[in-house]
Amino acid sequence: MNVADKLVAMVLALVAFAAVIGLVLLVVSLLERRGVRRVAWFFVGPTVVLLLIGLVYPAGRTVVRSLYDAAGTSFIGLSNYTAVFSSPDQLVVLRNTVLWVLVTPVVATVVGLLYAIWVNGARGEAAAKALIFLPMAISFVGASIIWKFVYEYRFYDPTVANNPAQIGLLNQLLVWVGLPPQQFLLNQPWNNLFLIVVMIWIQAGFAMTILSAAIKAIPGEIVEAARLDGVTASEMFRFVTVPAIRPTLVVVLTTIAIGCLKVFDIVRTMTGGLYGTSVVANEFYTQSFTAGNQGLGAALAVLLFILVIPIIVYNVRQLRRAEAR
Amino acid sequence: MTTTPPPPQVVGPAGAGARTGSGDVAATLRATKKRLTSPWATFAAVVLAVLWTIPTFGLLVTSFRPAADINATGWWTVLTSPNFTLENYQTVMAVDSSQSLLPFIINSVVITIPSVVLPIFLATLAAYSFAWMQFRGRDALFVAVFALQVVPIQVTLIPLLSLYADIGVAGTFWAVWISHTMFGLPLAVFLLHNFMREIPGELIEAARVDGAGHVTVFFRLMLPLLKPALAAFGIYQFLWVWNDLLVALTFAGSSNQVAPMTVALFNLTGTRGSQWFLLSAGAFVSIIVPALVFLSLQRYFVRGLLAGSVKG
Repeated sequence: MNVADKLVAMVLALVAFAAVIGLVLLVVSLLERRGVRRVAWFFVGPTVVLLLIGLVYPAGRTVVRSLYDAAGTSFIGLSNYTAVFSSPDQLVVLRNTVLWVLVTPVVATVVGLLYAIWVNGARGEAAAKALIFLPMAISFVGASIIWKFVYEYRFYDPTVANNPAQIGLLNQLLVWVGLPPQQFLLNQPWNNLFLIVVMIWIQAGFAMTILSAAIKAIPGEIVEAARLDGVTASEMFRFVTVPAIRPTLVVVLTTIAIGCLKVFDIVRTMTGGLYGTSVVANEFYTQSFTAGNQGLGAALAVLLFILVIPIIVYNVRQLRRAEAR
Repeated sequence: MTTTPPPPQVVGPAGAGARTGSGDVAATLRATKKRLTSPWATFAAVVLAVLWTIPTFGLLVTSFRPAADINATGWWTVLTSPNFTLENYQTVMAVDSSQSLLPFIINSVVITIPSVVLPIFLATLAAYSFAWMQFRGRDALFVAVFALQVVPIQVTLIPLLSLYADIGVAGTFWAVWISHTMFGLPLAVFLLHNFMREIPGELIEAARVDGAGHVTVFFRLMLPLLKPALAAFGIYQFLWVWNDLLVALTFAGSSNQVAPMTVALFNLTGTRGSQWFLLSAGAFVSIIVPALVFLSLQRYFVRGLLAGSVKG
């Protein structure tokens, strides 16, 4: 297909969609004119059908699939799940996932909170916030490319004098202070932390934006009263700011944790999950699409599902509480 | 925050002198304000902002450097020996070239527009019926739709893939459009429903009493009032689809027939000896669109952000 064909295909799809919806609504208004009151299913029907086909049915199939072997021919019970929790490769995957979920939310939230406080009420606040927030608008693939370039490594031999110049900033910094450059994405287990940095870089903006809104919502009288009491900046932070925004803090932490559980793009783009950096969402993709073990892949997807549910339930509750204040 | 703050008794060291009354308070306020936006806070904020910006800036500078320079010296050397070119962007945007990323950019556009429009429209209809129509099982159904937000798309991919193969749309735009629509619906219904409930019921009742059908109410009353909510979800879904890798990788394949920019860039990072001249320019072509959308529609975006945080 050339460009014109693609655009025509898109416009046709939109027109077809509009025609179907138009027809449905026409039927509804005709029915209503005849005095038929029960037209709700015309409105909600398309969504319900799509959700059944797109989410409910596939999720059920995947749960069943996870109980079968790699080829999907024989029933093997929970063997795929025991493999996830016992095979050495899969244990590394679990370890990495735990690392992502514990480190990223805390660091991103702390950075976002501090920055929100530092720039609160300062001149140029909006611009300062946009700088930190912009990574949120960049795709994970784009962010991974940006950071891969920061970590870029050029061959280095400490015994010779004229090594090629480093083009990655981080390695150049090491060279400048007299240290040997590192293969940041290859050296285990530290490479996991260098991948996590990318997620922190993205999520700090999210944390900053949400927390900044919460800080600005703290009643002015409380802040004024504390100021008149002569509190220091750190006392203000500990006894006024943090208690007042605690529910929002929890929501931000859990939201980033959910994102980390599902992280796929960053790992896939930067290392492909090699060199001991795979996480559950990436391992699902590897097992399902390249390693040809759909049973194990399905089990990993279901595991992801199970891990996410309690955090989301907790998150939604906290969100309600934060909104109720 | 139910406790009443104690009345201020100590005015602070600045007010302990000869001045009295409101002058003390004002002076203290000035002093505290100064202390809270201290030079150290400003300094720390500037350091962090620079740290956060340098990685992007480095790749941006790189995208304007000749390919040979990129691999020979670090981007920071442009400070001492500036040498810029638009060649990388010309290569990426070329109409006829094996290295061109233009087909993928077109694909991104073709994928994104219907993937945003379809769920918005379907979800608005559904949200309207959940909010303002009576039917059996309504509340249970709404809770079910809401709950579907927790389903990670990973559990749906393989069965959907074989479903698409069965009906003959595998590897076409249709597979990607339908998938994004289905995955976007729970959040869209939830967001729009919340917003619709805030519209006063008398407004709808009045219109209904005047003999307007649901279709009329929907188009004449609801859609205009819903603009901010539609914008919030629209921007969220736009960024999600434009930046998505997993759905595209699974359903669009890698060819330049259907695959979007994210897949093209992803494949480029996998090639041996990273082609930074292509990657840097390509990355910025793909970044500029969401960045502009974000900067111009920031206020709507932040609203949709938190509500959509569990999606995916």
